[in-house]
Amino acid sequence: MNKITLTIDDQVVQVENGATVLEAARRAGIDIPTLCYHPDLSLAGSCRVCMVEDLETSRLLASCVTPAADGMRISTRSAAARRARKLNIELLLANHPNDCLGCDRSGSCELQRLAADLGVDRRSVDRFAGQKRKRPPVEQGFSLKRDPNKCILCGRCVRACGEIQGVMALDFAGRGFDAIVTTAFDLPYSEVNCAECGQCAAVCPVGAITEISEISRVWEALDDPDMFVVVQTAPSVQVSIGEEFGLEPGTVVTGKLIAALKRLGFDRVFSTEFSADLTIIEEGHEFISKITESKKLPHITSCCPGWVKYAECNYPDLLEHVSTAKSPQQMFSTIVKTFYAAKSGIDPEKIFTVSVMPCTAKKLEKARPEHRDSGFQDTDAVLTTRELARMIKEAGLDFINLEDGDYDQIMGETTGAAAIFGTTGGVTEAALRTVKEVLTGESLDRLNLGLVGIREAQVEIAGRVYNIAVASGLANAAKLLDDVREGKSKYDWIEIMACPHGCVGGGGQPFSRFSDAKDRRARGLTEIDQNRQIRKSHHNPDVISLYEEFLGEPLGEKSHELLHTSYQARNVR
Amino acid sequence: MRSMAELLQLKAEIGHKLADAELSQKPKIIVGMGTCGIAAGARDTLEAIREELEKAGVDAALTQTGCIGMCEQEPLVDVQLPGEDRITYGKVTRTDAVRIVREHVLGKTVVAEKAIAAFGEGSREDSRIPTYNDLEFYNKQRRIVLANCGLINPESIEEYIASGGYEACAKALISMTPEEVIAEIKNSGLRGRGGAGFPTGLKWELTRKTPSDKKYVICNADEGDPGAFMDRSLLEGDPHRVIEGMIIAAYAIGANEGYIYVRAEYPLAIRRLQIAIEQAKAYGFIGNDLFGSGFDFDLKIKKGAGAFVCGEETALMASIEGKRGMPRPKPPFPSVSGLWGRPTNINNVETFGNVSYIIKHGAEAYRAVGTEGSAGTKVFALTGKVNRTGLVEVPMGMTLREIIYGIGGGMPEGRELKAVQIGGPSGGCIPEELLDLPIDYESLRQAGAMMGSGGMVVMDSSTCMVDVARFFLKFTQSESCGKCTPCREGTKRMLEILDRICSGEGREGDIELLEELGSHICRTSLCQLGGSAPNPVLSTIKYFRHEYEAHIKDKRCLANVCAGMSGAYVIDQKKCVGCGLCQRVCPTGAITGERRQPHVINEQLCLSCGACAQKCPVHAIAQT
Repeated sequence: MNKITLTIDDQVVQVENGATVLEAARRAGIDIPTLCYHPDLSLAGSCRVCMVEDLETSRLLASCVTPAADGMRISTRSAAARRARKLNIELLLANHPNDCLGCDRSGSCELQRLAADLGVDRRSVDRFAGQKRKRPPVEQGFSLKRDPNKCILCGRCVRACGEIQGVMALDFAGRGFDAIVTTAFDLPYSEVNCAECGQCAAVCPVGAITEISEISRVWEALDDPDMFVVVQTAPSVQVSIGEEFGLEPGTVVTGKLIAALKRLGFDRVFSTEFSADLTIIEEGHEFISKITESKKLPHITSCCPGWVKYAECNYPDLLEHVSTAKSPQQMFSTIVKTFYAAKSGIDPEKIFTVSVMPCTAKKLEKARPEHRDSGFQDTDAVLTTRELARMIKEAGLDFINLEDGDYDQIMGETTGAAAIFGTTGGVTEAALRTVKEVLTGESLDRLNLGLVGIREAQVEIAGRVYNIAVASGLANAAKLLDDVREGKSKYDWIEIMACPHGCVGGGGQPFSRFSDAKDRRARGLTEIDQNRQIRKSHHNPDVISLYEEFLGEPLGEKSHELLHTSYQARNVR
Repeated sequence: MRSMAELLQLKAEIGHKLADAELSQKPKIIVGMGTCGIAAGARDTLEAIREELEKAGVDAALTQTGCIGMCEQEPLVDVQLPGEDRITYGKVTRTDAVRIVREHVLGKTVVAEKAIAAFGEGSREDSRIPTYNDLEFYNKQRRIVLANCGLINPESIEEYIASGGYEACAKALISMTPEEVIAEIKNSGLRGRGGAGFPTGLKWELTRKTPSDKKYVICNADEGDPGAFMDRSLLEGDPHRVIEGMIIAAYAIGANEGYIYVRAEYPLAIRRLQIAIEQAKAYGFIGNDLFGSGFDFDLKIKKGAGAFVCGEETALMASIEGKRGMPRPKPPFPSVSGLWGRPTNINNVETFGNVSYIIKHGAEAYRAVGTEGSAGTKVFALTGKVNRTGLVEVPMGMTLREIIYGIGGGMPEGRELKAVQIGGPSGGCIPEELLDLPIDYESLRQAGAMMGSGGMVVMDSSTCMVDVARFFLKFTQSESCGKCTPCREGTKRMLEILDRICSGEGREGDIELLEELGSHICRTSLCQLGGSAPNPVLSTIKYFRHEYEAHIKDKRCLANVCAGMSGAYVIDQKKCVGCGLCQRVCPTGAITGERRQPHVINEQLCLSCGACAQKCPVHAIAQT
């Protein structure tokens, strides 16, 4: 028997060998507050908030890192345990700006919630009043900002960046009270090996790392009567934004999302799924040309801007493998300011393009200097899912009870293939549906790639078997790329998404109480795919008209000019 | 090196060679070249001797040794003339050196007023010079770990072999199984000398029993306590002893690779270790198939970058791995998952220094020294307000009083012992009334101090205990790795409270707040840096609470250390006429004195009310 029996708060609990006291307690329905603990990350045991008392020895234990042992008698609510937890929260707050009103995370802040839950009051914090950390906030760049003074040094960002992404852009520096989390030599994100994926912000329990907000710029555009404001929403937003309004992760709220955007005053509401289909056509044909003309393989996808920056920093030698097709966000904006503007008779200078993304790296992508193919900056503003939710709340919209709206026309049609762009493996499946059908006229069977880590598949097209690999999380991607670099890779096609599970797990998504939120969002997208009448990108009638009326043919001259881009090696530390 | 016979043969050859040198009528001059000696000017002294010998055209053997422990007498020079006793000179300046060469080496006359002691039994004509056995500083010590320090040349493996070195290693590898080695260490009762006192044999056993294709042995030489220099002196004075202990440990646990993690601030120790490792390799004590046992061992030096926390074993291993030195929670303990996730045995320098003695002489002989719970000896760095400072090794169970008054020669004249700070920055302050406390792991812990690595600072009445607590806490706060909340934030708040108490801004309730925070930090910190950081504060509150109260309530620093505080009143002994008026007005009876004799104020009792000064007809009383 590999079972352990212990007593927690007079409750007998049985767990398997190796489980921690925290896991045992939670399994028994006893919640212990935590701060540095995160289910997706290694154990740190640094915040000392999850203290419990071992009644045999009277010792206080950090339950998240203490293995459960046979015969243990644990109290999670003894006076000593409660006092220890509270005191550690008080100590954290004594070195915290406590500027909840001015903080993006007010309401979603774990420290704020714990302080309230544990009954911490102003007086118990003030008795420790003294020096506070005073470092300038770091706001260079386009995607992420850091406020070191709000940081509680739980290290979740450090672990996420190192363990999930393998990037290690953040680490601790300094000693004692001067210890902080920072980049190498305090350099801005743009000059270090940071993918700007925002996983650090996604795991931050407080407001120390957040996206650089563009809400006010968007309001300004909406308030400007001369501006024609066009918004696109990424596929994964429709299955996650409901969480901000109390719905379960994965709840499909496409109609309410459209309605809310219209109420906010956007002149046109579209889905990025339209241009996801466009991306599939372009990238699919790019792959077809690579395999028919025996060009260098593997082909590597390019729709994830976090991955693109990571490649530019770490694998500049492999950039020739990366698809030149722009991401759906960028294709969309370019088409809006060219084709759509002309067709609707609107001066493109007066068009303000906004995209709602699950992503922080998209904010960097829109600002890349090469993305001006329409003659203007193609995408003007990028909102994360969280930022849009804030705008909806600010406008006082009753999101849950909104009547469903519909996407606007001529770029409003979407396919199932495009919807699954929002999850790892989706791009691959969508692209191969088109590639196979274009080449052979046959339909592709479901790939059922799964969601975690590195997955692989073999796809038969016209008598040849292609080896496919899909990775999410950059640490996983690195394993595939090292093989490519060493010439050992057997793959013909590699899809990479920087964030775990793909965009459903993006750095701009709502903070979830559910540890399986990413899976549930992914299931939501699969559901959409299955319910769509058109499930293949090249069947999207609006995309077909776009080619007929404007672009000509995939990979044609116009496409090349407007829908493809280039990459450059970045010299970073 | 293949066998014990080969080693003994080598030892005999070296013995002959050394004996030949003596017989050859060549005078031998040995300069103490530990960091302590060099800091006191030993390089100059050595140079002066060399020049003088050259000038005189004398063919003498000029060599060096490590620290013998008498720090306050550095630079030390030994002179040994053929057939005569080896004489130690202290505080040898350039001028003294010239004189010693001229008078002793050339003139065969001992320079008596500079001589401290003679080796041997004292069968010398000149009875003015005591033998080492006559010196209180030495005859109360029991030198097992430091047996060679200050005697042999640490850069000569031959001298180590001649003193019996590597015989324990040969014995273990040739005639003992790893299990037998572990049993011997367990029986000896040896406990970790790094501070916590974990049984060494048990640690080895746990590491041995964890299955793995690769294991490591690490020597923790990241000695970071301010004022502590036990490990440095041992590494500088007898590096082979530590290496031999590591080889035996590696054999016992089945590790083929070892690291010595030594702080980069110890360049001399590093150099001597490098030399020693090269020599040990050349002689076949490190390498493959040692003594034909099939056991391979390689040893590397890893320099630490000077973070105090890297003395914590998990932080130390992270540092070797190239990561930031930050402790991680235990379990898993290093014996299960250590360096690069492999089972690792990590011991302190002094612990390894005990191993060869135990293997060579047996567990029984070792256990005969020390107490039942704490076997063997402990090395201390004795510093502060004591007559003889230095490095001492005493049997466990000796009382603090014996160490300070017996070995250390007590307090300088006119000074009164107030407290002993033991165990480094995380240790505690033990008051005068507990001086009869025996030195062993449990007694010290009960008294609120800890063995620590062996720092021992003697303090007199000129020391403010609040200020001392603040000093040590400032050190641990700035050396905290910043990982866990109580250590990073809590020690900072404690330090701020101590700062305000010391500057006269202490508040009612501050002592209680310090106690609450201190006990909280001890109980909830991630590692023992935080777990012990409040000790100096908690132990001074425990034993010197009145000093804290005087600072807070009366705004007085009894020791006149804290700036901005009113001190005690003092009577100018030259002006006082002994009228006794002050004595009568003093509300606390702090003033004593015979009639017509100068009176004195007991500063512990003085409230600084100033009544005496107002009354004094000759203005002999003033505030400090």
